[in-house]
Amino acid sequence: MLGLEKKDLRLLLIVIGLTMLAPFILNPFPEGSEMAQFNAGYPDLMQRFVIFGIFAIGFNILFGLTGYLSFGHAAFLGVGSYAAVWMFKLLSMNVLPAIILSVIIAGLFSLLIGFISLRRSGIYFSILTLAFAQMSFALAYSVLTPITGGETGLQLALDDPRIFGAAQTATGNIPVPALFGLEMRASYELALGNWLFTFNAGYYLAALFLILSFYLAIRIFRSPFGMMLRAIKSNQTRMSYTGLNSRPYTLAAFVISGMYAGLAGGLMASMDPLAGAERMQWTASGEVVLMTILGGAGTLIGPVLGAGMIKYFENIFSKINDTILHGWFAFLPDGLENFVVAIIHPFIGKGWHLTLGLVFMLVVIFLPGGLVQGGQKIAAMFRRKQPEDAKSKATEPAE
Amino acid sequence: MDQFILQILNGLDKGSAYALIALGLTLIFGTLGVVNFAHGALFMLGAFVAVTMSKLLTLSHKVVDETRTDFLGNPLQVEVPYIYDWFGQATGDVIIDWAVPISIIAAIPVMIAIGFIMERGLIKHFYKRPHADQILVTFGLAIVIQEIVKYLYGANPIPTPAPSAFVGSFDFGVALGFDPNAIIYPYWRLVYFFFSIGIIAAVFAFLQFTTFGMVVRAGMADRETVGLLGIDIDKRFTIMFGIAAAVAGLAGVMYAPINSPNYHMGMDFLVLSFVVVVVGGMGSLPGAVAAGFLLGILESFASMSAVIDFLPGINQIIIYLVAIIILLTRPRGLMGRKGVMEE
Amino acid sequence: MGILEVKGINKRFGGLQALGDVNLSVAENTTHAIIGPNGAGKSTLLNVLVGKLIPDSGSVMFDGQSVLGRKPHEINQMGISRVFQTPEIFGDLSVFENVMIPCFAKRDGAFRMHAIESIFAEKDIQQQADEILSDVNMLEKKDMTASSLSRGDKRRLEMAMCLVQDPKLLLLDEPTAGMARADTENTINLLKEIREQRGITMAIIEHDMNVVFSLAERITVLAQGMPLVEDTPDNIKGHPKVREAYLGEAQV
Repeated sequence: MLGLEKKDLRLLLIVIGLTMLAPFILNPFPEGSEMAQFNAGYPDLMQRFVIFGIFAIGFNILFGLTGYLSFGHAAFLGVGSYAAVWMFKLLSMNVLPAIILSVIIAGLFSLLIGFISLRRSGIYFSILTLAFAQMSFALAYSVLTPITGGETGLQLALDDPRIFGAAQTATGNIPVPALFGLEMRASYELALGNWLFTFNAGYYLAALFLILSFYLAIRIFRSPFGMMLRAIKSNQTRMSYTGLNSRPYTLAAFVISGMYAGLAGGLMASMDPLAGAERMQWTASGEVVLMTILGGAGTLIGPVLGAGMIKYFENIFSKINDTILHGWFAFLPDGLENFVVAIIHPFIGKGWHLTLGLVFMLVVIFLPGGLVQGGQKIAAMFRRKQPEDAKSKATEPAE
Repeated sequence: MDQFILQILNGLDKGSAYALIALGLTLIFGTLGVVNFAHGALFMLGAFVAVTMSKLLTLSHKVVDETRTDFLGNPLQVEVPYIYDWFGQATGDVIIDWAVPISIIAAIPVMIAIGFIMERGLIKHFYKRPHADQILVTFGLAIVIQEIVKYLYGANPIPTPAPSAFVGSFDFGVALGFDPNAIIYPYWRLVYFFFSIGIIAAVFAFLQFTTFGMVVRAGMADRETVGLLGIDIDKRFTIMFGIAAAVAGLAGVMYAPINSPNYHMGMDFLVLSFVVVVVGGMGSLPGAVAAGFLLGILESFASMSAVIDFLPGINQIIIYLVAIIILLTRPRGLMGRKGVMEE
Repeated sequence: MGILEVKGINKRFGGLQALGDVNLSVAENTTHAIIGPNGAGKSTLLNVLVGKLIPDSGSVMFDGQSVLGRKPHEINQMGISRVFQTPEIFGDLSVFENVMIPCFAKRDGAFRMHAIESIFAEKDIQQQADEILSDVNMLEKKDMTASSLSRGDKRRLEMAMCLVQDPKLLLLDEPTAGMARADTENTINLLKEIREQRGITMAIIEHDMNVVFSLAERITVLAQGMPLVEDTPDNIKGHPKVREAYLGEAQV
């Protein structure tokens, strides 16, 4: 079905299920309970899960398949955001043209940068992409202020032309992004007992794009083109002595992943219509590298998992403070309680980056295949011990 | 002309820092074959050795000063650094004043130790892994080090002044026969420049004139052959890692008065230092040094108002622009060897 | 007129004359060996033929077209395949994928953006790959990761990858280097078989005289970058110049 093998179809269905049911899955704790702070089912965070998921899926098509490590992919995301906001300013608040344009612009931009950067490989390629992204960031921040809004970022204004839409609403406000009238911020709330679930239009639009992106990624992975990309990673010498020109293959992969980044940027602007230069900074590029590696580079589901995990940590982990910790460890004797809290303290709240860095290092050292490899190892362990129980207990990533 | 000289001078101190970091990066890369993304963190740690030293030296205890009273009429409590108790106030003040140079003494063993721990504890296990893995694990390490420093010292820059003897500027204008104040240059930056030259010279002399250095250079050129001679090259390479860490650390110590240290200064310098290494030619020590100074000076020229008026924003991107041009026209950098990291 | 015509090739590396006025003519449907002592310029010549090096002067014509200035992948597309001294295969990919890739290269050329089609739908390619794998007796290993193969299997896989392209000329760079006697015999037999069954023209660079004399129909001897003689194996065996060049080497 859909041109997919059974295993891949199952994976796609899992992703569809997870994204569609995310408002339930991410809100397992009742409102007002102590654990409610671990609920991630609010629109803003769910949007970020899928948007960064798309970004990471795209990055993985380049890095996971060809092995070319780009340290400048955030530039394409940033360009996509700027393009989308400009569409909101000039055309209308409809998100569809904005997203389409951001994909196109990011594609063109990555074609240019990829064409130059791919003349080198290995660390040189990484440095070139880094240099280009840093240049874009510096320029967006300073000289290009008329286009990018400089330090304040690009924002909508009441006097924007918006030739196909209203410049302002009847009440004199700036209109909000919408899909043919369906506002991105529109939400439907469902209360079930103590539980509250939020279904947000913006999230579901982004989730549809995620599913589409994921489906395309599967097709690419299973295509002759995808096989060529893996061949490039494996042995470029044999590649050229087999009559294949690796340059256009890598460039195509680069542009595809750039377009994914542009899509993520366009969606980001559609959820919240502003764009800033900091989205292009190399730390942002580093983040998508972290996501992809953490989840499992070269695997299909890995980048999505990695993106979800990092964004979850960033938002939820960073909220835990000492008071909460004391609450958890209240059962311990006072001295021990304080000791345990003091030990954990550096890793939570503002210190979550420390945790991230450590987890990342551990993954690179012990699990080069990322969480997916970890999952497979656990699954294999269970299968060996209790074969009949394996399917139900272990979350087995199909790739 | 005076503008010209001024810009060269302005470029020197940043160029010195680039050169020192790039030198260490190249040493590690050339000897161990590891791309160390945590090298900037070592530079930052050096700067925080200086911060720690000046905190330690001013560590005080409260003493009741009988001669003075506070506004309520009670005897005034004053903070007295321990150092006064040991050396007397006059000497104590001098010592506190000279905290940054004194930190050098502490920084050398501290940084070498950190280097050893890093190499033995982590990097050693990555020699046979792909370069991408090395980049990633050291990138993770850099984040960890940076966050620990942030946790311990906070996120704000910590001013760490130079000794008062070096406060103020040297007037090159007068010395070179231009108008007074045409070319003024802070003393400490001058010190930093000469200090860097000294370190660079010391590293080169060490590699050139000691048997240890000869073996290391031979190892950089051809690791396998040297290994076949029965020389324990790995041990020497570990020591080189320690030395490279010390070089980065010293660069950081002395840089503390120029820019107040903060936890992310390492990353800021690292990105540029990598560009420097690539421009100089991966694996070439003279290339790293030359490119460091060259890019530092270029950056400062690009910040001249005449240039900015003509090419807005050029000061922000000049280094990257040069790197891109060099990489595309001279893939091995200015002085790179053939085949290094090309796969 | 041979399928490969090399005329007056010169190549200097700094002060060293690596190739000096080298001529070579490989006739279609023959096995031609290029031999010579170490440093004779064999590898340099090979690298010129595949486009990795560009000579300072001279011409290389293959099948009526010049190969000079073309990139390795273009030269491969003209019909020259190369077997390396240490097998170059796609280590991370399965054996089956390893042989599918040259099939795609032959059918689709140096680049084609077939990103949406599924590999599983490419029945023709799969059939070709299966056939060649069974020809080299590796069909039962088709799902193994190539890097986990034994050395001999890697060599056979590389050979299969070249053969499946049906090249007009197969270049072999010391195909038996570092092999045990038995493996060498197997390789000789494999090459003979290929030669007889497929009629592929072969140019072999070889050090081992035993291999050369069992396979070659014509031999070019290089010494210090210069062509010494070009003749049949029987004439080469007794040639005084060749003995001189190889003086001290036990094999002749």
